[in-house]
Amino acid sequence: MSTTTTRDATRPAPAKVSKTKPRRGVRGTTFNFWLFTGPFLIGLLIFVYIPILWSAWLSFYEARYTVTPDKFVGFDNYEYMLTNGDFVGSLGTFTVFAAIVVPITWALSLGLALMVHRLRFMKAFFRSVFFLPTAVSFVAASLIWKMSIFSGVRFGLMNTVLGWFGIENVAWLADPNPPWYWLVIVTLRLWLQAGFYMILFLAALQNIPPSLYEAAAIDGAKPGWQTFWYITLPQLRATSTAVILLLLVAAYQAFDEFFNLITKTTWGRPPLVELYYTALGESQDYGAGSAGAMILTALICTVTLLQGRIMGFGRGDENK
Amino acid sequence: MTTTTPPIKETAPRVSKSKPQRIRRGSVISSTGLYIATGVAAFLFLVPFYLIVRNALSTDAEITGEEWKFFPTDIQWGNISELFSDNTVPFATSLWNSTIVGVAHTVGVLLICSLAGYGLARIPYKHANKIFYLVLVTLMVPAAVTFVPSFVLVSSLGWVSSFRGLIIPGLFSGFTCFLFRQYFLGFPKELEEAARVDGLGYWGAYWRVVVPNSLNFFAAIATITFIQGWNAFLWPLVIGQDQEAWTVQVALSSYMTNQTVNFHLIFMATAISILPLVLVFLFLQRWLVQGVAQTGIKG
Repeated sequence: MSTTTTRDATRPAPAKVSKTKPRRGVRGTTFNFWLFTGPFLIGLLIFVYIPILWSAWLSFYEARYTVTPDKFVGFDNYEYMLTNGDFVGSLGTFTVFAAIVVPITWALSLGLALMVHRLRFMKAFFRSVFFLPTAVSFVAASLIWKMSIFSGVRFGLMNTVLGWFGIENVAWLADPNPPWYWLVIVTLRLWLQAGFYMILFLAALQNIPPSLYEAAAIDGAKPGWQTFWYITLPQLRATSTAVILLLLVAAYQAFDEFFNLITKTTWGRPPLVELYYTALGESQDYGAGSAGAMILTALICTVTLLQGRIMGFGRGDENK
Repeated sequence: MTTTTPPIKETAPRVSKSKPQRIRRGSVISSTGLYIATGVAAFLFLVPFYLIVRNALSTDAEITGEEWKFFPTDIQWGNISELFSDNTVPFATSLWNSTIVGVAHTVGVLLICSLAGYGLARIPYKHANKIFYLVLVTLMVPAAVTFVPSFVLVSSLGWVSSFRGLIIPGLFSGFTCFLFRQYFLGFPKELEEAARVDGLGYWGAYWRVVVPNSLNFFAAIATITFIQGWNAFLWPLVIGQDQEAWTVQVALSSYMTNQTVNFHLIFMATAISILPLVLVFLFLQRWLVQGVAQTGIKG
């Protein structure tokens, strides 16, 4: 394939004079553009645009057990989802989840980065240790958390450790009162993600010019809190904003650990888990499921647009 | 900071005199503290890995016993063969499926998205900007959120429980295309112009000059893409309706809801499912770190 196209594009070029070249160039440009981007764009159309449009259409129909419905119901599916306690509750679950997990992950990954950055020897080793959980899937981590660390019985690690201090077994995941399951879910995500964001902070820390610290030392700033507060943190502002927004979007898509840790309950369900049971559970209600997907899409678009404002994506476009 | 600026002349000599001493004394204390704190954190981060290994190589009696056992009395290598001869969950099939899906996903994403990224970055087609906006718009909608509509489409195509259904819908990543475009925008134009002078078209220049000079970037994206493909759960769960089409993650998940619980087998399965990634991680960490830094910052 590569040989034929190259020949087509190049063979006449030397033979003809420069006068015809621009016209050929334009035609070759169009052809080459579609040659490079065609496969991707066709796939994007079929597997991204069509599903969204189809889903938008489905969301206005009564579509149980079928994806080609004929009963138009207007905004009934939306009304159903927005007055449905489970779906609205899942948005509440997400809000609580994001409010806990985003600031803690931000602080921990920044802390780890600051520590690793200051190490003189064994730096690579510690960086690897903190980064290693990134390779583990949410499913595998859920399994370890559910069946070993936070197992509700005596032989779970946490209950064993608590037992050494004479504390009785805690049912970490079985009982929403008190909501110990948040501890399980948040520590899992922390373990899995902190290393990833630590790498981002480390890269940013390396980009802070040392002259800033030297200048501060001359000015009498004490190394420690003062330089951290007045130099490091402001210099990391761009990365911090990016990390927080990435964490927010990631929290929004949380599915794996909730699905695997908390099964067969009506509590502790984030939006995607709720959608999964609505559309693919026993009722197979694609209409309501699609309406839910549309609502979530609208929400996340809003968040992303705000993010774009804050991060200044608009400026990047002007450069282009 | 600013208030302390005026008396520079006074303090400067004092600082420089006392500085070496203070740094040495302070740094011994603070670096000891630093290493203790880092060590404790590292220990906590390694506990889950320890638990996998311990449980995978123990008997159920040792795992569930009254007293906590830090290590199995006899290392149970037999757990491996027991896992593969256990028929309740098709673990071997799921490993094979994950391998196919992981590799095909990585190769496909790299090929399709890099070509598109190059086209958008370098080929001066008049509508290129408008088309790029169509790609950018998809970045706002994470694939996970639209799994219901995607499932509707894929099931109408009859691709449920097939490799096609597992692999193809995930290949058209707007984000990866975006990353490649940004990368190619920064690729030195002189190299391509040299290729053009040698009589290569866009296609030839791309394969003979651009790709060979971008292998680091390709490797970074490849490691990240492979990890994502191997670890993906929601889409394989939705598509893998038959056991035959389960990936490793779906198989692991099914262990958690099974009636019978064999701890040693479950943890051996977990260990084996993580092993390929730990290997990727140990040998390709340089590219992985680079890839994370690149993908994350552009987020």
